[in-house]
Amino acid sequence: MELGPNALAHLAAGIGAGLTVMGGAAGIGKLAASAMDGTARQPQSANDIRTSMIIAAALIEGVTLFALVVCILLVLLKS
Amino acid sequence: MTLFTLLLQESPEAVHGGAAAAAGAQTAAAGHAAAEPFNAGDMILEHILNSRSLEIPFVGHVHLPTLHLFGWNLPITKHVVMMWVVALFLLAVGLLAARVHRQSPGKVGHLIEMAILFIRDEIALPNIGEHGARFVPYLLTTFLFILFCNLLGLVPYGSTATGNISVTAGLALMAFVMIQVAGVQEYGLVKHLKHLVPQGVPLWLAPIMIVVEIFGMLAKPFALCIRLFANMTGGHVVILSLIGLIFIMKNIWFFVAPVSVGFALFINLLELLVAFIQAYIFTMLTSLFIGMSVHPH
Repeated sequence: MELGPNALAHLAAGIGAGLTVMGGAAGIGKLAASAMDGTARQPQSANDIRTSMIIAAALIEGVTLFALVVCILLVLLKS
Repeated sequence: MTLFTLLLQESPEAVHGGAAAAAGAQTAAAGHAAAEPFNAGDMILEHILNSRSLEIPFVGHVHLPTLHLFGWNLPITKHVVMMWVVALFLLAVGLLAARVHRQSPGKVGHLIEMAILFIRDEIALPNIGEHGARFVPYLLTTFLFILFCNLLGLVPYGSTATGNISVTAGLALMAFVMIQVAGVQEYGLVKHLKHLVPQGVPLWLAPIMIVVEIFGMLAKPFALCIRLFANMTGGHVVILSLIGLIFIMKNIWFFVAPVSVGFALFINLLELLVAFIQAYIFTMLTSLFIGMSVHPH
């Protein structure tokens, strides 16, 4: 089978994007589950929990997006 | 910030057209759209990337001029125009609200007052502490500017200025300056730099800690920049891909179109939510970092 010059880069970007999303989804899912647990136990502190959940979710998302940017660079940078 | 944007951006026509004259490149782009078969990638990139021409309803493509200032060539691009639109809009609304507010707050006054109180009581004061009120003007400006840049991307003929990494880099640079200035104002330069080494750390660990802390100091605004850029670009790519699906499967478009338009509408509404959340998160994290800089322990 004949491969194009950037075929492996595109393959790596696709696999990398998939792995990135798996990691990010696991992190944010665990975070949201814990936050809901906490809110159910102590509904009066729901606002505080929501705020800190959003901050932590944003930080996790930031790291995930770093990896996605690397995937985009793999596709965009021509060898 | 505008200067930063202009320096880092190259228009797609310039990349593809090489040395072609600007006018020639524009007509070539127009002809290219009419003659060649549909290419989803080109369509998506044309909507997302910055360009030298602006699409105006009922007028068509207008080529934007280049400024020559102090020996710099500063081409005015689509995203710069969008930022100007947002800035003028906010200026008009702000001045109107301030003038009305002196007599009795009308509808606009109450709306802006709500935003200001939200920024002050929910974002600035809990995260920064008693000096938080000092940073409300900066935080409010950032919040409203990012919010309206995001929203302008969802309007037809509009374009997302925050989906340009140079714009978000400029915003993050200003956040970085604010974070450092807050620390220096609170403690003075020497004492602020002393906080690079946390108290109670053994002396032989100090060189490593300084490197780590400086890295963390730079990573915070970098994360702000990438987060906003990737969120705004990602959503638009999804919407455009869903619409492009109709043209890719043109043999069975009758079955594809309702599904993909429905999904595109759903993602569009999600983007409306994301526009608010991202503006909130950017402001929230900036004020959190300012608070960490003011109270380092």
